[in-house]
Amino acid sequence: MTRFRSWGLPLLGAVTALAVWWSATAVFGIRSFFLPAPPDIVEAFGRQPAYLLREAGSTVAVTVTGFGIAVVAGLLLAMTLTAWRALERATLPVLVALNSVPKVAVAPLLVVWLGFGAQPKIVLVVLICFFPVVVATMAGLTSTPAELSELSRSLSASVWQAYVKIRLPWALPQMFVGLKVGISLAVIGAVVAEINNPTGGLGAVIVLSGMSFDTPLAFAAIILLAVLSTTLFYLVVALERLMVPWARAISG
Amino acid sequence: MIALTRVSRTFPARTETVAALHEIDLTVAEGEFVAVIGRSGCGKSTLLRLIAGLLEPTSGTITVDGGPVHGPRRDVALMQQQPALLPWRTALGNVLLPVEIARLPRGEGADRARELLDAVGLAGFHHRHPYELSGGMQQRVALCRALIQQPHVLLMDEPFSALDALTREDMAAQLQALHLARPATTVFVTHSIQEAVLLADRVVVLSPRPGRVREVLAVDIPRPRSLGRSAALPAVAECVAHLHDVLAKAGDDLEP
Repeated sequence: MTRFRSWGLPLLGAVTALAVWWSATAVFGIRSFFLPAPPDIVEAFGRQPAYLLREAGSTVAVTVTGFGIAVVAGLLLAMTLTAWRALERATLPVLVALNSVPKVAVAPLLVVWLGFGAQPKIVLVVLICFFPVVVATMAGLTSTPAELSELSRSLSASVWQAYVKIRLPWALPQMFVGLKVGISLAVIGAVVAEINNPTGGLGAVIVLSGMSFDTPLAFAAIILLAVLSTTLFYLVVALERLMVPWARAISG
Repeated sequence: MIALTRVSRTFPARTETVAALHEIDLTVAEGEFVAVIGRSGCGKSTLLRLIAGLLEPTSGTITVDGGPVHGPRRDVALMQQQPALLPWRTALGNVLLPVEIARLPRGEGADRARELLDAVGLAGFHHRHPYELSGGMQQRVALCRALIQQPHVLLMDEPFSALDALTREDMAAQLQALHLARPATTVFVTHSIQEAVLLADRVVVLSPRPGRVREVLAVDIPRPRSLGRSAALPAVAECVAHLHDVLAKAGDDLEP
């Protein structure tokens, strides 16, 4: 019974959704140009699997590179800002202002500045997922409970020891909140950049298939994107369970 | 030995300064167990943090083992009201934190940590994480962590106040046994009269706002004491009754 609840019910939901979609296209005679039926999409994928997988690989490369840069830079910036309060006061308003600019609006400018290669795409990904990483890590680093700070003081811990043994591990669960938000945004950033600058990636596939009225191909690309985004998200979740198994236990 | 001479401490408030402690004179002899008791807001915790070197006195001097207190010292251990355990470390790992921070040999420390955990009844729980332990067990781990460096001076800030009555009695009995086995100079802040009379050589009563020493009462009851059997002794009843009276009066004179 529990097995059915954990696996059976979600599967039943997914199958029902597919069935409703499929029968709608059949019953109302919707042309695959407007809404392709599931078999049309499978067929579109089967026509050129190598092409689709290559472009998916390109999107993954852009996403992961940009996310990696954003994470490293975001962690370093968060550590610097929390260690140096004056700098935080001076730069945080600027950061917030920059973050409030819709990143999509910057995408064409990035092409002007950086050309048609992978660079403007990676930069857009960095811009879009940098901020959540910074904010979440800063929140984590400043949330050390008072009794733990007092404990490390009473033990005459050095600044470095207090940081590595107490403050940083304590920040990890919140940092992972930022990483999970960030990785989902990273995929969006990559696709927006590819749509603006369709020289490669699944975003470009969607743009080009639109031009050739090949809607099933666009759907195949969108489904690949969904799979890709979900996989990346759960990779971060897996890393979180590996690194902070205690966080789930204490948050109840 | 701990010696406080005319120690005062004020805290800045919004418009004026608030006096937390006023001219405290107190000496705790080597190996002596002193309980500090008083109502909330009488500066008990402040007193402890001054001795721990976590706060500076506004005026007056504090010495520990002859030397003036300028900051936290390795031979002075503080046990807080909350267990303050690191959730990612096991019980054993938490007890070993001070050893690691002092960069002492880990093997030796681990042996002592195991002995301490066994002594407080956590024999089967060395490798459990805090979230797998009850509140009382967590506080026992915190007690072991405070004792791991064999401190000269042990400062305890209402360490059992968050526990249920039965667990408190257990822990008080264990603390007494540990103290008899290896007497550290101890200052134990509490607002339980029973706990103070059970554990202390002397009980210091503080009166509130600002905290002043109202009375120091010597508890001449032979050890080991127990809450069950000793409670019937006339000496215990007398001490408890006297402390009740003093504390009741200490609450009256809110304004000078």
